[in-house]
Amino acid sequence: MQTTRSEISNFKTGPSDPHLWVDKYADYLYGFALVRINSQELARDLVQETFLAALEKYRAFEGRSTEKTWLTAILKNKIVDVYRSKGSGFAKKGSMLESENMDHDFFDQEDGHWNNQHRPAAFGIEQVDALENKEFQKILKACMDKLPSIWLSVFTMKHIDDESTEMICQSLKLSSSNFWVIIHRAKVNLRSCLQKNWI
Amino acid sequence: MIDPAQLKSIAYNCRKATYLIEKQQIGKITMREKLELKIHLAGCSICVTFMKQSKLINQMARNLLSSGPAALKLNESYKKKLRERIDDHLANN
Repeated sequence: MQTTRSEISNFKTGPSDPHLWVDKYADYLYGFALVRINSQELARDLVQETFLAALEKYRAFEGRSTEKTWLTAILKNKIVDVYRSKGSGFAKKGSMLESENMDHDFFDQEDGHWNNQHRPAAFGIEQVDALENKEFQKILKACMDKLPSIWLSVFTMKHIDDESTEMICQSLKLSSSNFWVIIHRAKVNLRSCLQKNWI
Repeated sequence: MIDPAQLKSIAYNCRKATYLIEKQQIGKITMREKLELKIHLAGCSICVTFMKQSKLINQMARNLLSSGPAALKLNESYKKKLRERIDDHLANN
C-alpha cells in the first residue's frame, strides 16, 4: 500500500492528485452530505458523483482554493440539485399543502394558543451541556430526518450552510412567504420532537 | 399608533409569536413586530422557553457537522470501489 501510494505520487499531473482523493476526503464529504440529506445511500452516491465530476475538470483546478474546498463546492451544487428536484416533486404532488397542515396540532386553530400536549417545557439540560451532549445531537439528527425533505433542505441550507434567504428561495423555487412558513414549521416540529424523545 | 385590537391578537397568539421569533433570528422584523413580540413574551413564559430552545437548536445544528456524524464513516468496500473507479478513469484518459 505504502509503495503504491508513493509511486502514484510520482505520476502527479497537476496540483491535485485524484489517486489520493478517497483516502483524504471521502469520509469528510460523506459526513457533509449525510447531515444535509436524510439518506445514507444518496449521500454515498453524491460522494461518487462529486469525484467523477471533479475528475473531468481537475486539470483545470488551479489551486486557487484548497482541494478540499473545491471538492466541497462541487458536492454542494449536487446537493442543491437534489433539493431542487425533491422540491419540485413536492410541489407537483401537492404535498406542500399537506405539510402546511402539519402545525394544526401544535396551535389552537382559533386563537393560536399552544395546544396542551405540545406546549414547550424545559429540556432540563443546561445550554452548554446540550451542545456537547452526543445523545442529544443524535436525537436532533433523527428528528431532522423525520422532516419532509423540502423542510430539511430549507433548514440545513439556512442553519448549517448559512446561505442567504434569496439564494435558498431561488434554488428551491420558493416564494419568500413559503420560506418563512417552512422555517417556522420546521422549528416547531423539531423542537417538539426533541422534547418528546429527550425528556 | 398601534391599533389595540391588533395588540390583543398578538398578545395571545403563540403561533404568531413563534413565527416572529424564527423570523427575527435569521431575518428582519419590523419595529412594530418587535414591539408586539416583546409584549407577547412579557406575558408568555411558554414562548420564552420556545425562544431559548429554538436558539439552542440553531447552535446545535451548526455543530452537527463538526461533531455529529463525523463518527459515521463511509464503509471500506465502497471506498475501494471508488478508488477503482478513479484509477480506471485516470488510466483511460
